[in-house]
Amino acid sequence: MSLTSDPPLDRPTGPHTDSGTATDMDGGVDHGALTVVPVRHPWRWVAVAVTAVLLAQFLHGLVTNPGWEWDVFARFFTAETILKAVGVTLQLTFYGTVIGFALGIVLAFMRLSASPFLSAVAYAYIWAFRSIPLIVQLLFWFNLAYLYKELQFGIPFGPGFFSFDTMNLVGAMSAAVLGLALHQAAYAAEIVRGGVLAVDSGQLEAAAALGIPRYRQLWRIVLPQAMRSILPNAANEIISLFKGTSIVSVMAIGELFYQVQVVYGRNGRVVPLLMVATVWYILLTTALSVLQHYVERHYAKGAAR
Amino acid sequence: MSSTTKDTTTDSPDVMVEIRAVHKSFGTLEVLRGIDLSVRAGEVTVVLGPSGSGKSTLLRTINHLEKVDHGWISFDGTLVGYRRDGNKLYELREREVLRQRTRIGFVFQNFNLFPHLTVLENIIEAPVSALRRPRKDAVAAAEKLLARVGLADKAGVYPKQLSGGQQQRVAIARALALEPKLLLFDEPTSALDPELVGEVLDVIKDLARGGTTMIVVTHEIGFAREVADTVVFMDEGRIVEQGAPADVLDRPDNPRTRAFLSKVL
Repeated sequence: MSLTSDPPLDRPTGPHTDSGTATDMDGGVDHGALTVVPVRHPWRWVAVAVTAVLLAQFLHGLVTNPGWEWDVFARFFTAETILKAVGVTLQLTFYGTVIGFALGIVLAFMRLSASPFLSAVAYAYIWAFRSIPLIVQLLFWFNLAYLYKELQFGIPFGPGFFSFDTMNLVGAMSAAVLGLALHQAAYAAEIVRGGVLAVDSGQLEAAAALGIPRYRQLWRIVLPQAMRSILPNAANEIISLFKGTSIVSVMAIGELFYQVQVVYGRNGRVVPLLMVATVWYILLTTALSVLQHYVERHYAKGAAR
Repeated sequence: MSSTTKDTTTDSPDVMVEIRAVHKSFGTLEVLRGIDLSVRAGEVTVVLGPSGSGKSTLLRTINHLEKVDHGWISFDGTLVGYRRDGNKLYELREREVLRQRTRIGFVFQNFNLFPHLTVLENIIEAPVSALRRPRKDAVAAAEKLLARVGLADKAGVYPKQLSGGQQQRVAIARALALEPKLLLFDEPTSALDPELVGEVLDVIKDLARGGTTMIVVTHEIGFAREVADTVVFMDEGRIVEQGAPADVLDRPDNPRTRAFLSKVL
């Protein structure tokens, strides 16, 4: 009988019971024939019981406490204004993520590049956008028209050729997307850089020795391998951005949290409407987590034996 | 009619690699202290020496993975990493260096296969992206190379599913896919379990018999004796002794070569 296989759990007791141990000790009997008793975990069951009771109490409260006002929740959960607001939230997340990570990848490779100029520019960008609170940055973009009334293309300090009115150019929504994306890019850059640094340097060396073009070395060899360590952090960032979009409610943009506030400002049903927002955030975050699982599995190919 | 031109070429057999007065330092540590070496086309040069003697660094300077501090290296008649114009040397752009490297195959100690690509994708990557070969041709060539290294049935497998010896044979096939004029091996069997060394050496021996020009850094003395046209012994950044394997390995002149050989044999 092999000792390396899993211990048999439900083997019938062998010929040796209590009295048999003595003969085992001096007789050199086959130990593989004995019953194996696994380690017991009594406290685990106690903890499960306590948790189950607490959970039951909480659920009971959700159902019986009239304060939750589930009828109001049900009425607003799929109301048109709320659905529209969910759409706006998803839009902000989508653009913030796509633009943020696209710029972040560029910044990461700039910072890793051999050019001191590119590296310094990337470093300065990351320093600046990590230093300014997102909400302050958003308000700056929102009030851009106050600082610069028009945007003009021309010779620096000389005559201009054509110009835009900043008030029309940077509306509330684009100010929000701009703010979120630029903020996200600084964090994405560091996450991507971390992932790239985690790739074995032999990989780049092998690619260079094979004469593979530089962009291809990064895009085909390094980045897919970096994705394995980028993804968990990136998913964190995207989920955090998704909920973080609620911050643009300061700019009166009709995203989920703002819309919920508007509704309870009118009808005074604060708790059920907060629950509407909460449940939407939970549902969509869950969807993102499931997506994360599959994307991670895709990039894990070749990692297992 | 062409006898005159023929005479001039046969008179000086083709020099594939020429290394002259090469110095290289890492910080204050001088790793190469004036290396001169010529490698002729079709020959196998085996570089031996204790660890830290600069063997690997020398090999890496030949395809410009390391830049030399002084001296120069030429490969197949052109300077490595530089372009001469009058009496100035211009550093090549990365793109041009990469193009030069496609003519030199490099096999690493740790294989450095791309783990996220299948064996076939590993082999066709450089021919397709660097030489712009049509994918179909590259795949056909890759399949032939896999058969040559005895891994015809492993095309669709990921590197981690292979043994170390098989991975190194794939790495050799990957280097061959560029049809290089020169192959460089950096301790190709040092990371392998002892029982897997033989299969990799067999592949390299086979290439050597086929007339491929190669420089092999190794600790396998038996391999050197069997395959090398020239054995080079390095110590502390210098070439201490070089010549035919029978001379260097069996009748070494230099005490340091003798000391090294008495330890490894």
